[in-house]
Formats: sequence, structure tokens, C-alpha cells
Amino acid sequence: MSEPLEDIYDDHILDHFESPYHKGHLEHPTCSHSDRNPICGDQITVELLLDDQNRVKEAYFDGKGCAISQAAASILCEQIEGKSLDELKDFQATQMLDLLKVRLTASRQKCGLLGFKVLKTMLYSLDGPDEPASSG
Amino acid sequence: MTTNFTDFDIEAVRRDFPILQQRLSGDMPLVYLDTAATAQKPRCVVAKVVECYEQYNSNVHRGIHQLGDRMTTELESAREKVQRFIGANEPDEIVFTSGTTMSLNIVAHGWGRKFLRPGDEVLVNPMEHHANLVPWQLAAAATGATLRYIPLTADGRLDLSQLDELLTRKTKLIAVTAMSNVLGTINPIDELARRAHDVGALICVDGAQSVPHALTNVRSPQIDFLAFSGHKLYGPTGVGVLYARRQLLEAMDPFLAGGHMIREVFLDSSTWADPPAKFEAGTCPFIQAVGMGAAIDYVNSIGLAKIGHYEHLLSVQAHEKLSQVPGVKIHGPAVEHKGAILSFTVDGVHPHDLSDLLDRRGVAIRAGHHCTMPLHELLNLTATARASLAFYNTPAEVDALVEAVQGARRVFRLK
Repeated sequence: MSEPLEDIYDDHILDHFESPYHKGHLEHPTCSHSDRNPICGDQITVELLLDDQNRVKEAYFDGKGCAISQAAASILCEQIEGKSLDELKDFQATQMLDLLKVRLTASRQKCGLLGFKVLKTMLYSLDGPDEPASSG
Repeated sequence: MTTNFTDFDIEAVRRDFPILQQRLSGDMPLVYLDTAATAQKPRCVVAKVVECYEQYNSNVHRGIHQLGDRMTTELESAREKVQRFIGANEPDEIVFTSGTTMSLNIVAHGWGRKFLRPGDEVLVNPMEHHANLVPWQLAAAATGATLRYIPLTADGRLDLSQLDELLTRKTKLIAVTAMSNVLGTINPIDELARRAHDVGALICVDGAQSVPHALTNVRSPQIDFLAFSGHKLYGPTGVGVLYARRQLLEAMDPFLAGGHMIREVFLDSSTWADPPAKFEAGTCPFIQAVGMGAAIDYVNSIGLAKIGHYEHLLSVQAHEKLSQVPGVKIHGPAVEHKGAILSFTVDGVHPHDLSDLLDRRGVAIRAGHHCTMPLHELLNLTATARASLAFYNTPAEVDALVEAVQGARRVFRLK
């Protein structure tokens, strides 16, 4: 059989899917946010614990969905620990896709970016007039 | 078990569908198992649509000129084909709409909002497509009527054991699909129609999945409202049908207002045209409707009974082979109670990943909740993978599906 398409289900993705980094919940998150992709039903929750300099001390996720959405959320959590909120605000979707190291079609990019989108929405809510609050 | 496919000329059928001849990337043949989402179109349908555009495209019911006459004649001839196809009494009981969703909304607005009263009940069930559920939620909220639910059995059929308590003089309508777009369940429309009429209620049938695969006769059982789509019947997108008895169409309010649906317009009020025009405001999808007529001719040339029989044999084979793959669960009733649809899950492989991996082998299925969130909630699943068969599919394609599912399990390192 000829090689059909570049394989997105490589060891990097499957390892994160099978043994995710920080899947679960923080006892006292500074902030958290959940969202789902209404088309496919995939869901992701991201929780952050910030230190007093507004750096991510710990990042956790939880969710249900395809290997791409879940592995991407795991990779995201691994990547953002130690980063400041300003660094997270600069973090771009293309960088998130690069971290996955596989090339996704347009429809699967929605899976790969679900956790990223949850994180970004949470960051916007932190800019509000109130103290960081839990949502979703 | 013996399955005899030999009296069906599958190669001749496949030659009628140009899209099935193509090779996908990697020189894979296309294995199209997503007919429940939209059916492929035979060459004669595509040719008819091209003929309309190239030879006599012109708005219907308007121009007094040769093209307009021809186009109008073609449209009304398509209406008669639909009428005969579903056994309606007269062509004026056939309303051309944009699809099943529009047809059901016309009933929920034009009939539901006009006639439902506080305390009235509409009987639905959790397997309905959102298109035959959400319009009734809105109609109930607007009128003070209540939705009640026929429960499902563990294997995904309507549980009619409580029907005497659910179906009472308060019930004004049963909204039900003739064939579930997920589980494939074939519902007992005959019995439901009879029992609805016994208490003075009406029945509104979603025929989107059933009409292309099984004979429908709206006079036996007596169906009050029937909705279906052209594109699932091997015809063009953008056209559908609402059938209702003339008396009901006359009693209902129009849904969309505008040109063609009026009799007289004054500055402060208007009166309505007779059905079906009353429900065909604006320019109807006339070329698509003509294409749908050509699709009905095509289906009739093969024979819907023969089509249904072949699809059932294929479905039996698919159920047998797929259910033998480790970790596969096919949801819904036993194969004899369902149309040729297999919604399934594979332990350890999410439906979207499965769909993606199958696509690499040229096998096109659908993954998701298939516009039935309450049903998936009931199944305790966020998504399923769905393979849906048509009479242009082959036993070899069923094997390709099974092999591709096994391949997907290997990618996910499952033993």
C-alpha cells in the first residue's frame, strides 16, 4: 500500500494521549475555564495555579475527545508551566500547532487548538475589572 | 448464512455514479459509506440539472414565454413524480421546500403555533434528529403546550409499553422519525399513526432516512405530515418535500411570506394562495426539484423494493463482520429492526480519530453526534462513528471498512 498521508498519529501524539501530562484537577486553581467544540462534542477544561509574580506554577487539564484534542491539551500544559501571563498572551496558534509536530488538516486543527482556545479565553477573562475568577 | 447478491447488477449501478469511479490521494478507490449524510448522484440527475441550466432555465409560474412554460411544466411534472412516489392523492399536496428541516419547521410553525393550546401535548422521543425536536420545543414554548417523550428500549427502539399513558386526548401530535439517522431503527409508523388517530391526534413523520430506502405510502398508514430531502434521495441539495393532506395545508398558516404565496395584497393585509403555493414563498428551488424528479425516475427504474432488499443483505454482512472486530460495539437494535446504518464505537479509538484513519484508506464515514445530542446523552457517548450503506455499495467495500477499522486499532497500539 502506498503512503497515503503524513501520519498524524505518531508516537509523540499517541504517547501524550495514552499518558497525558497533568490530566486531572488542581485542588485550588487560580483560574479555570472549560469549553467544547459544538460540532464534535470534544471538551477541555484548563486549570492554572499562578504564583505571586503571575507565573504559571502548575497547569492541569481534563477533557473528553479525540486523540488530537487530548494530546494537544497535554502538550499545552507541559509547555506553559513557568511562563508568565504576558508570555501566554503572546503565545500564538501557529506556535501551538508547531508544538504538535504533525501537520493537521483544517478540520483537525480545530481539535489541535481546542485547549489553546480554552486557555486564550481564560486569559481574556483575567483582563476583566474583577479578580481572576473561575468560569465555565 | 447465505447472502445472495447475484440478482442485483451492482456493476451497472456503480457505472451510473461518476463520483464512485474516482481515485483519492494515494490512488485509493473511494469507499463512500456516508449516504445517510448525503447520497451520491447518478449521472442522469446531474445531466437533467445541466439540461435545465443550459436549455430552458427561467423562473417558474411567471414569464409568459417559451422558456418559462417549459421550466414550469418540468417543475409541475416533478411534483407529480413525488406525488406518485409517496402515494399522495394529488400533486397539490406536495410542497417543495429547501429540505427536511424547512419542511418540519413549516409544520411546527404553520400548524403547531396556530393550533396548539396550553395543556396540549406533543409526543416526541429521544432518538429524533434535532430537526424534528427543536422546532417542537419552540412551538411548545410559544403556545404553552408540553412535550412528552416516548422512552427508548435498551436496544434503541421506541418503548411502546407505556403508550396508553402517554398518548391521550391531550396529545395533539406525534412527531417521529420513520428511520433513525443514528441507530437505523425502523419505527412502527403504522401502529403510531393508527393510535394517534384513535385519540384524535396527528402524526408528523421525518422521512429523511426512510423515503430513499423503503417504500412509503402516505395513505397506508395514513400519514398526516411527511418531510424528506432531495439530496438523500440521490437528487440535488437545496430541495425537499413537505407532504400534508390538502385539508391540513388549507387550515395551516403560511410560514415564509413574500412573492407567489399570496392571492391578493393590500396595504394593510393580504390573503393567501392555495396550497402548495401558499407555502412556497419566493423563488422555489425549481431546478433542484426537477433534478429530484429525475432521481425518483432513476430509483423507480431499479425498484425501491429491490434497492431495500440489496441494502439489507449488505447491512447484515456489515453487522456480522464489524461486530467480530475486538472492542467494536454497534449501537441500536438487531439488524432485522433497522435500515442500513451502523453507528459504532471502538474501545480506545475516538470516533474522530477513527474517521480520520479510515479516510486514509479511502473509507468515508461520519463521526460526531449526528444532530442527535439527546440520544447520545442517553447512550452516554459524546460521539459515534457512523457507516451508512446504499445500493451502490458492495460487499468488498464492507470488507474495506472492517479492514480499515482493524488498521485504526493497530495505529492506536490496540491488541
